[in-house]
Amino acid sequence: MAIIRSRLMTTTTNNKEEILIIKEQDVVPLRNRVRDYGVKVGMSILNQTKLITATSELVRNLLKYGGGGKVVIESVSNGRDNGVRVTFIDNGPGIPDITLAMKDGYSTGKSLGLGLPGTKRLVNEFDIKTELGNGTTVTITKWKNG
Amino acid sequence: MERIPILKMGDFLLVTIQVDLYDQLAENLESDLINTINKYSSKGVLIDISAVSIIDSFMGRILGNIAVMSKIMDAQTVVVGMQPAVAITLVELGLSLNGVISALNVEKGMDLLRAKMYNGDNQEQTYDDDNE
Repeated sequence: MAIIRSRLMTTTTNNKEEILIIKEQDVVPLRNRVRDYGVKVGMSILNQTKLITATSELVRNLLKYGGGGKVVIESVSNGRDNGVRVTFIDNGPGIPDITLAMKDGYSTGKSLGLGLPGTKRLVNEFDIKTELGNGTTVTITKWKNG
Repeated sequence: MERIPILKMGDFLLVTIQVDLYDQLAENLESDLINTINKYSSKGVLIDISAVSIIDSFMGRILGNIAVMSKIMDAQTVVVGMQPAVAITLVELGLSLNGVISALNVEKGMDLLRAKMYNGDNQEQTYDDDNE
C-alpha cells in the first residue's frame, strides 16, 4: 500500500455530508455543495475557486478510473483556521505507480496529466492512499486563509 | 441532451456559456461549434465565459481545442470575460491556454475579431488596450 502524505494536523470536524457520484452530471451539484461549504467558512472567491477546481479534477478521476464512488465534504477546524476537507473514495483498480501519477504531464488516459499534481498545487493538504484492486482515497483540505 | 446555444451574427458565431460545464457538455459544444463554423462558413467565434465560475484541466483543454480546430477551419476564436479567480486557478493548475486569444469583455472581443478579419491578421496575439 502506497501512501503520499503532505501534512497532517489535528483537526475537528464541525459539519459533514456524503454524496454519491455515479454519473458525470453529479459533478455540478457536488461542486456547488463544496462551494457552499467554502462560503460557510468564509473563504475568499479565489480559494473557493481553487477548491472547486481541485474537486472537479478529482471527481473526474473518481468517475473515469474508479468507476464512481462517494465524496465526503467536511467543514473542519485546526484551532487557528477553518477550512473545508473533501475526501474522494472509489473502489476502482487503484494506482499502480503513485510517484508517476503525481508527476506533471503524466497520464494513462488522453488527458494532459495535470489532474493530480495540479490539484495538489491548488490545495493546502493533499493525501492519497491507493491499493491495487481495492481502490483509491484522496483527501484534500483547503484552509480559509490558506 | 443539454446543449449550449450557438448564435450566428453575420460572419461570427457567439457562444455565451451561462451554465456550469461538465465534460459531456463541453465536448458537445466543441463538436457543435466546429459543425456550425462549417455550416455558415463563419470567420470568427466569440466565447463569453463571464458566467463560468470554474474551468478545470478538461474544460481548459476543450477551449484550446476549439481555438485550434476553428483556426484550421479558417475562423478565429476569442475567449472573453474570464473571471480573475478562474484565470489564477488555471495557471496554478498548470494550464496556460496557449493559442487561445482573449479579451476582457464581449465588446472588446468583437472589436478584436473585426480587426483580425479586415486586416487579414492571422498572427496570434492578445488584445492590447493601449493600441486603441
